[in-house]
Amino acid sequence: MAMQTATAGRKARWALLDIIVVVYALVPVLWIASLSLKSKDTIADGNFIPREWTLQNYKDIFATTEFIRPLFNSIGIALIATFVAVILGMMAAYAVARLEFPGKKLLVGVSLLIAMFPQISLVTPLFNIERELGLFDTWPGLILPYITFALPLAIYTLSSFFREIPWELEKAAKMDGATPAQAFRKVIAPLAAPGVFTTAILVFILCWNDFLFAISLTSTEASRTVPAALSFFTGASQFEDPTGTISAAAVVITIPIILFVLFFQRRIVAGLTSGAVKG
Amino acid sequence: MAEIVLDKVTKRYPDGAQAVSEMNIEIADGEFIILVGPSGCGKSTALNMIAGLEDISGGELRIDGQRANEKSPKDRDIAMVFQSYALYPHMSVRENMAFPLRLAKVDDATVNEKVEEAAQILDLNQHLDRRPANLSGGQRQRVAMGRAIVRSPKAFLMDEPLSNLDAKLRGQMRTSVSKLQKQLAVTTVYVTHDQTEAMTLGDRVVVLRGGHVQQIGSPQFLYEQPANLFVAGFIGSPSMNFVPGTLEDGVLKSVLGTTVLTDRVRRLVEAAGGPREVIAGIRPEHFEDVSLVDEKHREAGATFRSTVDVLESMGAEKYAYFSLDEQLTGSEELAELAADAGSADVPGSGSTIVTRLDAASAAAEGRELEVWFDPERLQLFDPKSGKNLTFDG
Ligand SMILES: Nc1ncnc2c1ncn2[C@@H]1O[C@H](COP(=O)(O)OP(=O)(O)O)[C@@H](O)[C@H]1O
Ligand SMILES: [Mg+2]
Repeated sequence: MAMQTATAGRKARWALLDIIVVVYALVPVLWIASLSLKSKDTIADGNFIPREWTLQNYKDIFATTEFIRPLFNSIGIALIATFVAVILGMMAAYAVARLEFPGKKLLVGVSLLIAMFPQISLVTPLFNIERELGLFDTWPGLILPYITFALPLAIYTLSSFFREIPWELEKAAKMDGATPAQAFRKVIAPLAAPGVFTTAILVFILCWNDFLFAISLTSTEASRTVPAALSFFTGASQFEDPTGTISAAAVVITIPIILFVLFFQRRIVAGLTSGAVKG
Repeated sequence: MAEIVLDKVTKRYPDGAQAVSEMNIEIADGEFIILVGPSGCGKSTALNMIAGLEDISGGELRIDGQRANEKSPKDRDIAMVFQSYALYPHMSVRENMAFPLRLAKVDDATVNEKVEEAAQILDLNQHLDRRPANLSGGQRQRVAMGRAIVRSPKAFLMDEPLSNLDAKLRGQMRTSVSKLQKQLAVTTVYVTHDQTEAMTLGDRVVVLRGGHVQQIGSPQFLYEQPANLFVAGFIGSPSMNFVPGTLEDGVLKSVLGTTVLTDRVRRLVEAAGGPREVIAGIRPEHFEDVSLVDEKHREAGATFRSTVDVLESMGAEKYAYFSLDEQLTGSEELAELAADAGSADVPGSGSTIVTRLDAASAAAEGRELEVWFDPERLQLFDPKSGKNLTFDG
């Protein structure tokens, strides 16, 4: 009996703690969502629940290229950067996890260094370099720095996943007649997939959320991404307060991230690798 | 079907460790050969070199007369069963077994037929659509075997395939492996650290120690004619008893008393230029309660008298343990052997003598017993080199 009340009490305390954390994390998000659904007149009334519901803000942002074009840029740039960073990261992580080679420690150290490097100090040099090379305000102009800064993250996450793979399976595949490439494709890759997806999500979020490079290395809608574009929102006329439309845009750009996570969550099935070895 | 020859095959790992030294083995087509030795003696390394999973640092590996050192595993056409089974967790049992065939681009109908056939042999039919994670240890082991046999390879390599099973299952699987090998008649190299598996499975046994081949021969031959102390102590269960002794004019003096050597033994020792100090070895099963030995034999044999320390009655036989005063000293070989095998595995290397007596023996713990043995069965070893002085190969 005493035991039960003790566990019940503990449960209650945990539940309370969980609620606090969830509320703390969700209130700003819900606030933004609420703002985006308010009409122009009630936007500053301070109510959490809108008194007048409207989808006008959403209609407005999708009515102009001011939002649609950056959204397209964001999706394209983040996807390409993620793809390239994950592919390169996979190769590097494989080497880090599996091979002994001179300079391995150096490689890991340097990638850590890049991750820690204050990005703001690179903005001015990058701005000048990209202007010289004609990369300024282009997709590659953003994709390249994103890859650079996503790679350390990708290498780190992937190499810790790769270390967990039962590599004896690779030997088994070779004995079964697979070439090294086949062993990788048919045996190792499916087992590495959960790690790759997780890494892809993290890298995608990193690129998707970037504001610094997006604001500094773009100047027009040709390559401006949503986080940067938000700061240029003006609303329908110059004299209109764009709070509602900014909120709507902010809600819209969180949707891909949520979808991304939900979609891949099912692939990150824990225990996929169990049963390979004796057990 | 293949003949596999290891010609002075050597493995040196990049860190400098010499795992296998100048190994010479000729494996005949269809032969079942066992590599046995204590943990870390280089068995897996040797097997991986045959498989092509480890590079060969020196010497030559020939499969069917052709040099195979540089061939990739894929081109050697050898199947392997791993200690951990190494099943593909993301594939069903069927796909696991079909995998080698799919890689070989065999058509679907044949793949199905072969998988069903292998499943039939291994009694896996009901489990074909399950995932390895949902199978028991014994079933996983059989899937691993199935994956090896589906494509009818030139040879099988097995690295301690039964060591993750419990004792009973291991016994059953041992019988099935043996039957399977006879049925398929495919050259098989089987690695184990368990001397019972070695004795019961193979046509021939290779005893390894520290990367060196100690002796190659049929299980019976290794049992009867061990080339040295190591093999003598490793093969046989319980292990051979070892006692130090001095040899003079064909008479052995030891804790077992003064024993007159038989002519055969004496001749062999003299031919081997035996030293005065020797280690005498005799197996537990070569002792008997003196009261159960008939007159005729009793005359020809020797006896010693001591108090039974521990008596284990197994029903069909009794094991009587004696503590003899004298400590065994002076043989580095024996000390190493005890260390290698874990001294508990070599009860004879202390001052304990293990004897296997007939179940009819009246031996009782704490009482004196006179024990008989046949001097013809004595094996004498050089304490320095460990060489068997009575070896008659
Ligand atoms: N990859 C490796 N690098 C360095 N030394 C190794 C490696 N693999 C095995 N060894 C060493 O080689 C010796 C033989 O190992 P192994 O063949 O695995 O023994 P066994 O299978 O008989 O237990 C051991 O001393 C072991 O430490
Ligand atoms: Mg081993």
